[in-house]
Amino acid sequence: MTRSFIELPVTPEDRRLARLAALAIGLTLAEAALPSPVPGVKPGLANIVILLVLLQYGWRAAAWVSALRVLGGGLLLGSLFAPGFWLSAAGALASLAVLALARHLPARHFGPVSLSVLAAFGHVGGQLALAALWLLPGVAIVKLLPVFAAAALVFGAVNGVIVARLLAAPAASGRQSAPCTSP
Amino acid sequence: MLRAGDAGVLAAGAGAVVALAWWSWLAPAGDTAVIRAGGAIVETVALTRTHRLSVAGPLGTTQIEIEPGRARVAADPSPRQLCVQQGWLTQSGQAALCLPNQVSLEIRGRTSIHDTLVY
Repeated sequence: MTRSFIELPVTPEDRRLARLAALAIGLTLAEAALPSPVPGVKPGLANIVILLVLLQYGWRAAAWVSALRVLGGGLLLGSLFAPGFWLSAAGALASLAVLALARHLPARHFGPVSLSVLAAFGHVGGQLALAALWLLPGVAIVKLLPVFAAAALVFGAVNGVIVARLLAAPAASGRQSAPCTSP
Repeated sequence: MLRAGDAGVLAAGAGAVVALAWWSWLAPAGDTAVIRAGGAIVETVALTRTHRLSVAGPLGTTQIEIEPGRARVAADPSPRQLCVQQGWLTQSGQAALCLPNQVSLEIRGRTSIHDTLVY
């Protein structure tokens, strides 16, 4: 019997993406424990990580971290391929699409707060669009639209300020991009 | 930390929230479609389920489409198609008039914004 090994080469960038995705998944799990008055109204703390990755490593890296976050969060919360998972995926996809456009805004005038607010609106928009088309076709969702939009505005702004502060503090962002030590 | 554009984005976001709140909470939504042909009411339909109905007029038949929360004139034989181009009607008091074919579609809610309309 011959033994065969399949070795997948792991680049330092893979490790970095995995570490950042783990951070985002951790925030997703922590957030799932928070009580929420309306299902779906959440601070979206993982978006802080996504936004930091976008600003430091570019859109592709942010898309990877976001996809891993949705998949890993779904696995760990036990909602993989359940409606909540698809809502989360739709929100992440819409938010990444908005960020792909918004990151071309002139950085002199539009900082992380703008990106965060726009991404939050994209997130909520994607989720509600899927919910309206697939889960709850009808008129009920229209009544909740302002609640979701207000939550997106407030949490988007707060997350954006956090991102701006993290980027402004060189120690904090330096620690995040330090090379990963092998165990 | 806050740049000039950020304030603009925040203001636009706040404006969007206010507009959405007005649109979905304060604007009177309609719940009934009143369909007239030649001035007489031929049908009163609740905006609850999806279906189409045909109304006969002097030029031909007008197709009316009802969906949950909205209604429209889907097809009409009139030459300028004004009532078809109005699209979906959702709010109480909105109306689409197909004058050549003498058919009209009006949305009504619990509160009417006017007492009567005379064509």
